[in-house]
Amino acid sequence: MPCGLFHTIYKTDERIFKTLWVGSWLIGFGLFLIVLPFFVSNYVLYIMNMISIFIVGAIGLNILTGFTGQISIGHGAFVAVGAYTSAILTTKLGLPFWIALPIAGLFAAFIGMIFGIPSLRIKGLYLAIATLAAQFIIDYTIVHWERLTNGITGMSVPSPTLFGFVFDNDKKFYYLLLGFALAAVVSGRNLFRTRVGRAFIAIRDRDISAELIGVNIFKYKLLAFGISSFYAGVAGSLWGHYTNVITPEHFTIVLSIDYLAMIIVGGLGSIIGTVFGVVFIIIIPELLTTVGVLLKSTFGQITTLISAIKGLVFGVTIILFLVFEPDGLFEIWRRVRDYWKLWPFSYK
Amino acid sequence: MSENIAFFAQLFLTGLVLGSIYALVALGFVLIYKSTSILNFAQGELLMFGAYVCLTLIIGLRIPFFWAFFLTLAFSFILAVLLERVILRPMIGEHIISVIMVTIALSFVLRSLIQIVWGTETKVFPRIFSEEPIRFFGLFIAEVHLYSLIFAIICVALFALFFKFSAAGIAMRVTAFDQQIAQSLGINIKRIFALSWAISAIVSSIGGIILGNINGINNALAAMGLKVFPCVILGGLDSILGAIVGGFFIGILENLAGGYLDPVFGGGVKDVAPFVFLVIMLMIKPYGLFGKVRIERL
Repeated sequence: MPCGLFHTIYKTDERIFKTLWVGSWLIGFGLFLIVLPFFVSNYVLYIMNMISIFIVGAIGLNILTGFTGQISIGHGAFVAVGAYTSAILTTKLGLPFWIALPIAGLFAAFIGMIFGIPSLRIKGLYLAIATLAAQFIIDYTIVHWERLTNGITGMSVPSPTLFGFVFDNDKKFYYLLLGFALAAVVSGRNLFRTRVGRAFIAIRDRDISAELIGVNIFKYKLLAFGISSFYAGVAGSLWGHYTNVITPEHFTIVLSIDYLAMIIVGGLGSIIGTVFGVVFIIIIPELLTTVGVLLKSTFGQITTLISAIKGLVFGVTIILFLVFEPDGLFEIWRRVRDYWKLWPFSYK
Repeated sequence: MSENIAFFAQLFLTGLVLGSIYALVALGFVLIYKSTSILNFAQGELLMFGAYVCLTLIIGLRIPFFWAFFLTLAFSFILAVLLERVILRPMIGEHIISVIMVTIALSFVLRSLIQIVWGTETKVFPRIFSEEPIRFFGLFIAEVHLYSLIFAIICVALFALFFKFSAAGIAMRVTAFDQQIAQSLGINIKRIFALSWAISAIVSSIGGIILGNINGINNALAAMGLKVFPCVILGGLDSILGAIVGGFFIGILENLAGGYLDPVFGGGVKDVAPFVFLVIMLMIKPYGLFGKVRIERL
């Protein structure tokens, strides 16, 4: 009996579920997620739903930043483009959610590709600054194009319906969003088993070498921006229809930084790591709020400080990860997994 | 003087004052980038820190402005050296994303700490200058603006002389040019890194103190740190001269755009115009006016 995984052909190496064991675990986890809404409060469901939405967006950013190596500090703006496109299509043109959603994704992809054009000439720090500019320009447009977006008052967005079934509470939305998160994970995972995905990775590892072996850099960089922004647009659309109201405040540079933090804490260039990162970054502030409420009786003024403390914890978390665990939660998970793989005969 | 020219000149003058502060902050920014290749997103927070410390010294401890000013610079120096040693030195040579993210995280930490210590309300410096504007060739300029401009220009000139003639300044330029050459000349480049951060924090807090005297200070001051990007891209990320030119240019551009385009777009053009300019600049001349063009080899 082999102790460990030894792939002898490429087909097994590229398999998503490497062993039967992984597959069965995942089925068990899936069943757990399906029955979860019947046992938990609406507050927990709300957090689960936010996690699902952010998984979609964060996988998009990880495709661009983690897998293709193009830094983006403007991801939140592309989420905004998706959210507003979807809101405008459903409220002003009366289109159903199911048509508005893909259009929102495609339009966000289009805008993302426009701001990706500078990536042909610039990279690294310069590209980061260009995407930062994209964030500010898109923010400005949304706030000041009042006839279309209602400016800072924001827009109210209808709940999606399907054959008369209205998705109007956390539980109904839970399954819808879970489906989208699952689709994002599966499509993200599969993208890197294709030529396109491998081209992305080649560009990240060494763009000049990639060009020499025949990867059309400009085309694939733009494609990476497009795919990434498509995910962002879908996440934005889902977010809008879930919370029923969107304002420009949701989509400031803070959102972009949250997304970046998720993929850094989770692990750059790892789909499963992205999921870990999203869960981590969303749950930490919620825990802090809970703790704050508990401590309210002993320390009266703590509630006024809680937002500052959240910012502090957020910053410190990222710094600690970058200094001590630059490959993120994925690396921790991998170490733990490898330890148990050969247990109790692991020796090193 | 006709109405139009007066309007233009007024905008230009206010832009010049703002630009002098941008130039100071951009100078600090470029300094860090040049010596350590770190893009500092926390520049605005360093500025805010300086302003708040100075305010506390003046109001809380009743120290005269003159001494409070120098004490603030000493505090900024200590903070910067600490940050460099504890957080940023381990990041040298790391992947670009990590380097960017660590300064973003640092900006969150500093901003939250400032919020915890000083709260979020706007605080005003005690008035040192008279409110009576000075007439200047038919234009009005507030006394505080005039002195800010003069003061900022003196600071910029002093730092320019520092880099040109002092031993430490020359050592910093050598380090920026080539770290191996610097080391073989016996320069302690670790000390240079710390010095870059310290000087950067000092110039930023000077900017913060000036801004505090003009507008008062609150959490929004940190946005100044992001406004620096258009300035440094225009001048070239690694050029000190470029930072100064870029700072003045963006300050003036911002005010002119605000004055002439606000009626067309309905307000707020001031905040976005520098970034539109930034994108255009990146497309036509990514390494700026004075920046070093990087040639990449395999």
